[in-house]
Amino acid sequence: MSPDRLVYMANQIGRFFASQGPDQAVAGTADHLRLFWDPRMRREILAYVEADGEGLAPNVREAVRSLKSDPDRDRSL
Amino acid sequence: MSLVQEIDYGTPRSRAEGTVTLAIDGVRVEAPEGTSIMRAAMEMGTKIPKLCATDMVDAFGSCRLCLVEIDGRPGTPASCTTPVAEGMVVRTQTERLKRLRKGVMELYISDHPLDCLTCSANGDCELQDMAGAVGLREVRYGYDGDKHPNPGVDASNPYFTYDPSKCIVCSRCVRACEEVQGTFALTIAGRGFESVVSPGMEESFLESECVSCGACVQACPTATLNEKSVIETGTPEHSVVTTCAYCGVGCAFKAEMRGEDVVRMLPYKDGKANRGHSCVKGRFAWGYATHRDRVLKPMIRARITDPWREVSWEEAIGHAASEFRRIQAEHGRRAIGGITSSRCTNEETFLVQKLVRAGFGNNNVDTCARVCHSPTGYGLKTTFGTSAGTQDFDSVEQADVVVVLGANPTDGHPVFASRLKKRLREGAKLIVIDPRRIDLVRTPHVEADFHLPLRPGTNVAVLTALAHVVVTEGLVDEAFVRERCDWDGFQDWAAFVADPRHSPEVVAPMTGVSAEALRGAARLYATGGNAAIYYGLGVTEHSQGSTTVMAIANLAMATGNIGRPGVGVNPLRGQNNVQGSCDMGSFPHELPGYRHISDDATRAMFEALWGAPLDDEPGLRIPNMLDAALDGSFRGLYVQGEDILQSDPNTHHVAAGLAAMECVVVHDLFLNETANYAHVFLPGSTFLEKDGTFTNAERRIQPVRRVMAPRNGYADWQITLMLARAMGAEWDYGHPSEIMDEIARLTPSFAGVSFARLDALGSIQWPCNESAPDGTPVMHIGGFVRGKGNFVITEYVPTDEKTGPRFPLLLTTGRVLSQYNVGAQTRRTANVAWHKEDVLEIHPHDAEQRGIRDGDWVKLASRVGDTTLRAEITERVAPGVVYTTFHHPGTQANVVTTEYSDWATNCPEYKVTAVQVSPSNGPSQWQEDYEAMARQSRRVAPVVEAAE
Repeated sequence: MSPDRLVYMANQIGRFFASQGPDQAVAGTADHLRLFWDPRMRREILAYVEADGEGLAPNVREAVRSLKSDPDRDRSL
Repeated sequence: MSLVQEIDYGTPRSRAEGTVTLAIDGVRVEAPEGTSIMRAAMEMGTKIPKLCATDMVDAFGSCRLCLVEIDGRPGTPASCTTPVAEGMVVRTQTERLKRLRKGVMELYISDHPLDCLTCSANGDCELQDMAGAVGLREVRYGYDGDKHPNPGVDASNPYFTYDPSKCIVCSRCVRACEEVQGTFALTIAGRGFESVVSPGMEESFLESECVSCGACVQACPTATLNEKSVIETGTPEHSVVTTCAYCGVGCAFKAEMRGEDVVRMLPYKDGKANRGHSCVKGRFAWGYATHRDRVLKPMIRARITDPWREVSWEEAIGHAASEFRRIQAEHGRRAIGGITSSRCTNEETFLVQKLVRAGFGNNNVDTCARVCHSPTGYGLKTTFGTSAGTQDFDSVEQADVVVVLGANPTDGHPVFASRLKKRLREGAKLIVIDPRRIDLVRTPHVEADFHLPLRPGTNVAVLTALAHVVVTEGLVDEAFVRERCDWDGFQDWAAFVADPRHSPEVVAPMTGVSAEALRGAARLYATGGNAAIYYGLGVTEHSQGSTTVMAIANLAMATGNIGRPGVGVNPLRGQNNVQGSCDMGSFPHELPGYRHISDDATRAMFEALWGAPLDDEPGLRIPNMLDAALDGSFRGLYVQGEDILQSDPNTHHVAAGLAAMECVVVHDLFLNETANYAHVFLPGSTFLEKDGTFTNAERRIQPVRRVMAPRNGYADWQITLMLARAMGAEWDYGHPSEIMDEIARLTPSFAGVSFARLDALGSIQWPCNESAPDGTPVMHIGGFVRGKGNFVITEYVPTDEKTGPRFPLLLTTGRVLSQYNVGAQTRRTANVAWHKEDVLEIHPHDAEQRGIRDGDWVKLASRVGDTTLRAEITERVAPGVVYTTFHHPGTQANVVTTEYSDWATNCPEYKVTAVQVSPSNGPSQWQEDYEAMARQSRRVAPVVEAAE
């Protein structure tokens, strides 16, 4: 999918969870991506972050990186 | 089968709690205080003759036929206007009463054309019935005197006629228009013998402000106001109670039939959503079911540029299944998906999502709620724990303050609007939060106490400012919050909203709403008694749609307006079964009953019953499917009863996504716009042709009953069943009731639901289970479903859709009363008399600046596309805001709307698009190209006869 589109959507999510307090900025964003994004979308945004992640908010980058280390979800990424 | 006969008690039920005891014709009767003698008599089975009385409207006392004698009282009072009293002794039939009634009937009949045998109401006429009931045998005055004025029959309304010569001036039509519908379009013009019913200022019905709800026709005791379908077909001989297939109000109707012909749809008084009322769509606009445009034979084609080829059901289903399997073999099991329909039944929707999950082996299933109320699901689940509205519609009768936010009920949910207006006329206060001056802001006998005409896209800022006032002025219901909500969460939220940057004075410039109005509205909501919020797509269809829903929930919790009748948070659902399609697991991340697909225990339960492993990963949403189609990872789609090309945002993008797919299967009544990009067309069935259930906006599950055989040969659930079997599933359902039984087994909130229970109760509001065997009218009584109510911080984030020099106006979209959604049904009825094309509402100031006159063609352009349509200059919209509808494919308003969407759910931001409007001299290039493409795409190849 278009990286621009994924980045835009991820930043929207990240912006909401950043407003929910420091403990939600990363965890809430990551949780939302896990619960609502299809695996191919998570895979592509992860690849994007691993390439350079340009344009993603810092809390979103961290959230996306955390998807890779999620043992429950590794198989689908 | 026979006609379903409903008892007319003559006057409405009394709401009083105390009772009195009286005697009627020697029988001891107990009745609530305030009950009329007429009603009390009817309750015991005694039918007092009447003409001007009917239980849908208040007593009027004009016909003088319902006279009774009461011991100790002089004269012969009217039983409709005389309330029962303790110890009262009433006689309904005496020699004096017989003589008086006969005399009254003689006067009526002397002024009535005696053409009973050729009258369209013959056999269904209360005047005729009463003549019989009073034993009328002669008319002493003869029939040759002056008659009631007869200016001729008004047949201007497409659905009913008005014949003044048959009018008995009982005023039932006038009172129905006032009391039931709340439009006040009718009056009695003239005096005495010259009295006639007059729509508006003596205009024709079509030209008047009549909204064609049918209440007057239903109330008329003669053939004065009569359905044209009855005039053409004759009176019905049997009827079946079913549920309307238009909006989310879910009106119950009696489909009155003659054989397999629908004669008329009459609103059912026992319908708990509509209480005997209807609108122009449900009452009259059912002709699409037999429209010549319906496609009745399956069709396939190899490429979307080919003409269609009619084939057998076996070939069409086999082709679709083999294409889906081929795509999965070549591109993976997640390369295909399906879209369920919010117009189809719960059972059909359940089967489509089951096909995707258990048959396709993935979770790429979505529904049109994606583009309307998906933020409601997210927002209310997060705050309250349940993805649904909290009240029943009856609740509005106990509301003291009503907030209508981003909704236009008189157009979108007209029967609810009538109930709301009735409550407002009784004195409830009204706050309207909407960029447009919708009708409710000022309509006969209703005027909003506050109208907050906010700038599109600023809902969150406005709601947070209201919360600021509630918190900083000490209007929080602290006892409620402490008992029912997460206290820590509340304190965080209260500190957030109390920040001076959320004060009305700071927020006013960005929202366009004065600080005074914001403060006044907040105070009224918090202190005015029972306060209820009703909201629509003006809340959800924004980039902060989910945040807005949570802001609404916050307000309701902070003021204690949750968990009892008269209050609550009430999403007005757009389509008939939006609630049901969501309940049935149509979203890609959750199974029926809103349980996440990653939940191992829930998934295991479904896997055990379905005999198939389920993917534990969320699937693609509709916009994701289209994006994925363009990158090649999604190539096949089964669309049941939706027209995403016309209804979804950024038409160019939708078209590109569909065109990139290898197999698009459209299952619909008509060759809709999406079908222009389809490879397989499966003809669908209407709500009149199948059994099942719909669930309305108040979580009410209601029966849909077949009244005619499917013209296409199969009900939609049978077609999905065939497709599933062709894909290898071993499903075996003989009737939709068996599907509901499966839903009940798998879904705790539906555990007590079955077709038998629905037949017994009429309808059931979920949750329906052991602890609520008859359902749940009001939710969150005593506690929230999630435990403690969850306050969520709602930081306002301005939309990225900005106005500027190129696109200086904001476009917001919606719908009108006479049309429904993409218009596939209503455009194929006489409803086009009221709205034959989409028009652009523009403020006089903006029009003047652009040299645009009323009715001119204008070009409406955004950064993603343009279209042309006619301008309507009106102050209903504020300067800087323009408005249009999306009912007509010739306009396709969604060519202009963008891909911006709600952060949580991807619900499109239909309500905010930066646009420019300029004079035009005809259709845009895109419109001409699209029309040519659509014409080409809808070709059907001639059938070649097999060689002998």
